[in-house]
Amino acid sequence: MINKLISAGFGGQGVLLLGQLVTYAGMIEDKHVSWMPSYGPEMRGGTANCNVIVSSDPVGSPVVTNADAVIALNGPSLDKFEKTVKPGGKLFINSSIVEKKAKRKDIDVYNIPASEMAIKFGNSKVTNMVMLGAYVTATAVVTKDSIMIGIKKFLGKSKAHLIALNEKAFDAGAKLVR
Amino acid sequence: MAVVFKKSNVITDVPFHYCPGCTHGIAHRIVAECIEELGMKEKAIGIAPVGCAVFAYKYFDIDMYEAAHGRAPAVATGAKRVHPENLVFTYQGDGDLASIGAAEIVHAAARGEKITAIFINNAIYGMTNGQMAPTTLIGQKTTTSPLGRDPELCGSPIRMSEMLATIDGSAYIERVSLHDVRHINKAKKAVKKAFEAQLAGKGFTMVEMLNNCPTNWGMTPVESIEWMKENMIPVFPLGVYKEVQE
Amino acid sequence: MKGNEAIAEAAIKAGCRYFFGYPITPQNQIPEHMAKRMPEVGGTFLQAESEVAAINMVYGASGAGARVMTSSSSPGISLKQEGISYIACAMLPCVIVNIMRSGPGLGGILPAQADYFQAVKGGGHGDYRLIVYAPASVQEAADCVMEAFEASDYYRVPALILADGMIGQMMEPVEFKPITKRKQPPKDWAATGNDGTKPRAQINSIHIEAEKMSAVCKGLQCVYDKIAAKETQYEEFMMDDADICIVAYGTTSRIVKNAVKKARELGIKAGLIRPITVWPFPSEMIAKATEKCKAFVAVEMSTGQMVEDVRLAVNGAKPVLFVGVTGGMVPTPEMVLEELQDIEEGM
Repeated sequence: MINKLISAGFGGQGVLLLGQLVTYAGMIEDKHVSWMPSYGPEMRGGTANCNVIVSSDPVGSPVVTNADAVIALNGPSLDKFEKTVKPGGKLFINSSIVEKKAKRKDIDVYNIPASEMAIKFGNSKVTNMVMLGAYVTATAVVTKDSIMIGIKKFLGKSKAHLIALNEKAFDAGAKLVR
Repeated sequence: MAVVFKKSNVITDVPFHYCPGCTHGIAHRIVAECIEELGMKEKAIGIAPVGCAVFAYKYFDIDMYEAAHGRAPAVATGAKRVHPENLVFTYQGDGDLASIGAAEIVHAAARGEKITAIFINNAIYGMTNGQMAPTTLIGQKTTTSPLGRDPELCGSPIRMSEMLATIDGSAYIERVSLHDVRHINKAKKAVKKAFEAQLAGKGFTMVEMLNNCPTNWGMTPVESIEWMKENMIPVFPLGVYKEVQE
Repeated sequence: MKGNEAIAEAAIKAGCRYFFGYPITPQNQIPEHMAKRMPEVGGTFLQAESEVAAINMVYGASGAGARVMTSSSSPGISLKQEGISYIACAMLPCVIVNIMRSGPGLGGILPAQADYFQAVKGGGHGDYRLIVYAPASVQEAADCVMEAFEASDYYRVPALILADGMIGQMMEPVEFKPITKRKQPPKDWAATGNDGTKPRAQINSIHIEAEKMSAVCKGLQCVYDKIAAKETQYEEFMMDDADICIVAYGTTSRIVKNAVKKARELGIKAGLIRPITVWPFPSEMIAKATEKCKAFVAVEMSTGQMVEDVRLAVNGAKPVLFVGVTGGMVPTPEMVLEELQDIEEGM
């Protein structure tokens, strides 16, 4: 098993954290993992992205060229990475702010109104969690339990009160693809 | 028989290579005697520069480094951070400290690095045979300012003591001159004060010593002493520029 | 854990208690981690005024007997070369990390392997070498750092970790293994203050007399010969029956491994020799491979640097080809595979 993900969006949308949570969950499940961020000037408000690999074998190149899945939280990310999804792969689009539709017909496209849902929960910062819920549920790369362990670790004690909100956002995303 | 003159035990028996009439030897003695009199011989670490004093590591009978050009304050920083209880000093000329090593000395002072810089200012590059230094006087002829230093072309002499005294991290800064006995005695007091301030953990300390360079100034030693007194002191006034109490 | 953080933490685990650095992308997580961790372990982190000052602080702290590290990225490493040359001559141990970005000049901040020449041929002026480790994963980066401190102390030769921005920035699981300690000679040469019970320390790199300088250089060369004999490390991957031998290190070697696997599926017998130390370089292993392999390919993120060492090792016995991308571009397995298919057709 090898699953390659690109998570992309504006800096500040939590795309890097989304990828880290998948990586961390994979590690908990004793899989081989790697997480590679873009670290260029595009981090400052452009298209931040990270390449995530979860695999049953040791990870070779950490660079994702044929992605099993792409998560696009904004328009530029869709433009940049739609072509990277391999035939039969999955494309998750934050349809709240991405007006364009996906052009590819040989892949599964999930339009998730993640930003709107997050705002409905009262915190736009959990947009990434809605997307993560959809991604994890549609791909079953890792389990929700493993993701939750990661969320608790990343939030730490000082932000423990946000665990419930994050889980709610995750579940909402999950529900959309079930 | 009564002993009337004795070499400091902080100086080795290696013969100095300095030119006849040069006051580097006096500066070495002052530093050595201060270390000895403070009882710090076993705790002293010195950093030699690049320049005329490049072989200073051979002359001080203590643990010594030889640093890259201008980097002595950075090397001293490394040594002092590892051995905070030791007496750590650099011994640097004007090209080393005020030109290529300007950043290192300024930031050692800014960090309040508990070291002492012995700054030998003779307004010329001695080791490399007499090129213009950052402290070369206006109109002074050197091999790279053969018509005399022209401020339009290459600026004016830099006054390091005044500049470093403005920095919060500096604790003791004094400019002295080695042109006569009275001033030499004063210089020794300054070095001792700087060392004591360092050991008391007050911050960065520096003693700037006006020196002569008969060889590259093209003068006899006596002439050079006169020149130093008449020309250098007006541009580089002597005195204490910084003294942090408590 | 991020590669940069793993490198910093491994240094602390290896007993490094002094770090002097200056910010530059893509290695900033190393000084940041050190700034946080050093006070916790009673060590010293200092942000220097420049890379030049930082490496000279390393000279000072190492000369005072401490385990010390500095890190930077390509342009910053160029600035450090002055100090590295002095450190090499004064025979002071230390670990220097280069998280490579593209160049020349200010270049870009994306990963590259264009500092190979600088790393394996000394880097600064004069007759010297560094022990150079080129890790290919976050785990290996941590392992190499620990080993670098031990080897550097043992030989009194500075060690360099040559990783690229990808190794520095990527996250992979890391396990900090207990350090394999060597029997270290005492640091009786260090400047600590001298109470007269041992010869006084003279941390020095100036030797004016030609005879003396020559003896120093020869002495260094003897140490380098020992290092070449004992410290060369490499990995062989699918080399048993390989017709085509690829040589690649660091990030590139991971990409090549993928390409080798794909080539095997197509019936192309490719294999990989991966130098873990790029100096000393596994020349003997490559020379031995010329007996069985029909062609050699160096794959690098440069316009062709390590390929020169591969050619020297192959010494004309077989053709040596080069595949490279540079400027922050990263090769793909597909690109390497195409090259392998071309070679296979030509054979």
